[in-house]
Amino acid sequence: MASENAQNAESQPEQPSVLTRSIEGVGQSVISMVEELGHLITLGVDVVRWGVRRPYRWVNLFFQLDFVGVGSVFIVLLTGLFTGMVFANQSARAFAMFDAQSLVGPTVALVLTRELAPVFSALMVTMRAGSAMCTELGTMRVTEQVDALETMAVNPIQYLLVPRVLAGLFMVPLLTLLFDTSGILGAYAVAVGTQGVSAGTFITRTQQWLDPIDVYEGLIKGAVFGLAVTLVCCFKGFNATGGAKGVGQATTEAMVTSALSIFILDFIVGVLLH
Amino acid sequence: MADTSSRPMIEISGLHKSFGVHKVLTGIDLTVPAGSTCVILGGSGSGKTVMMKHMIGLLKPDEGRVVIDGEDIVPMGPEALEKVRHKFGMVFQAAALFDSMDVYDNVAFPLREHRGLSEEEIRKLVRSKLDLMGLPQSAERKFPADLSGGMRKRVGLARAIVMNPKIVLYDEPTTGLDPITTDYVDEMILAAQRELGITSVVISHDIASAFNIADQIAFLNKGVILEQGPPEQLRSSQHPAVKVFLQTWFGKND
Repeated sequence: MASENAQNAESQPEQPSVLTRSIEGVGQSVISMVEELGHLITLGVDVVRWGVRRPYRWVNLFFQLDFVGVGSVFIVLLTGLFTGMVFANQSARAFAMFDAQSLVGPTVALVLTRELAPVFSALMVTMRAGSAMCTELGTMRVTEQVDALETMAVNPIQYLLVPRVLAGLFMVPLLTLLFDTSGILGAYAVAVGTQGVSAGTFITRTQQWLDPIDVYEGLIKGAVFGLAVTLVCCFKGFNATGGAKGVGQATTEAMVTSALSIFILDFIVGVLLH
Repeated sequence: MADTSSRPMIEISGLHKSFGVHKVLTGIDLTVPAGSTCVILGGSGSGKTVMMKHMIGLLKPDEGRVVIDGEDIVPMGPEALEKVRHKFGMVFQAAALFDSMDVYDNVAFPLREHRGLSEEEIRKLVRSKLDLMGLPQSAERKFPADLSGGMRKRVGLARAIVMNPKIVLYDEPTTGLDPITTDYVDEMILAAQRELGITSVVISHDIASAFNIADQIAFLNKGVILEQGPPEQLRSSQHPAVKVFLQTWFGKND
């Protein structure tokens, strides 16, 4: 038996078993994920380091605040409105089963402010602004515009990345607030307009259950998500290689990684806050 | 032609660089005198671009010295490197113009970043460089996407020289251009050298253009410089790799 094994090993030394290969594959991808996370954090530290240094890029910052924030107002309002309406509609039917429709207002308000508003706002910003950031930076990278900045003694992290990441950090919480408002208004319209909840009940019950701290939780999450998704999208675009195809691939990865990190961070921040 | 006996502007010695297991540069020695034009000639993958990126500090060597205008830039940190980069202008292969800005703003960009000038002074400087490159006023408000390849190169060159750098690096300036535009770009490079006293380093695989503009040519192959000297010296080189490379052009024309 032993000699047979030895013979096998000798005759096929470069053919590891399927099991070995799959373990190696998993290990390989874990290593590359950890490596990438390391690079991402390094970039985050660089963004902070260059962000506090002069010159401050006010023009670029305001442009990004406008693009990330003001540009997303309509889409966030709309998403918030419909989320609130759908949520009120479903929860009103469910609460009707045990005659507790008065809880529609507080339920919707709590879930929106704590969870849905920051998550959905960040997702909308990722799709709208994050994708644009990633493709723009990726194209600048592969057409050597980033190198050009550097040769002109302009730090590309300071010039390109800092304004974008700051815009995410400041604007996603504000958009979260907007989402809260339009979501609760939508819920009110559906609950009061179609589900027979009285306006007084909806408002007093919501006031009774909803604390400012719930809204703050959503705002903190919004800031964390805004920082994370803009950093991820910038990171992917900034390190794109290989022409148009590479930029496309970087954008796909940026979208997937951003969306995943929103959900993972949502859990982590939620645990840390309670 | 420039006085090639003057003091060196760029001195590279014993430069080694590897990416992983791949050895790209294996012992480069090169001296470029101030005010001269040096063409680094070599085929694809010979390490030309990597070598150029070392000159401006975009890459750090594994070993060796890169002395720019009397200062060794290898041990420098980001702040010191930024100062050194003020001595450089760089013309990229595909021009690398900022496509979010029009021609005028592209050329004005380095001035706005680094000089506290009034818009009027900026206008004068930008106009003078655009004039030197033969770009009319009507081109100023065009965006890079609306320009032809040759025009984009000229705007790239105008942007590279607008800060009056001591050294201009050209990354394959004539690649992908038709013969007439190639001649025109060669003329631009010579004009920049003649009128502004700029030291030029051109990396190229365009033999005709190299012999047109060079004071000296360095022939790079597989990470080492095989032959270095005035164009005539390169032409009479006995090195087999150099002969093969030059024959692809002179072979057909002699």
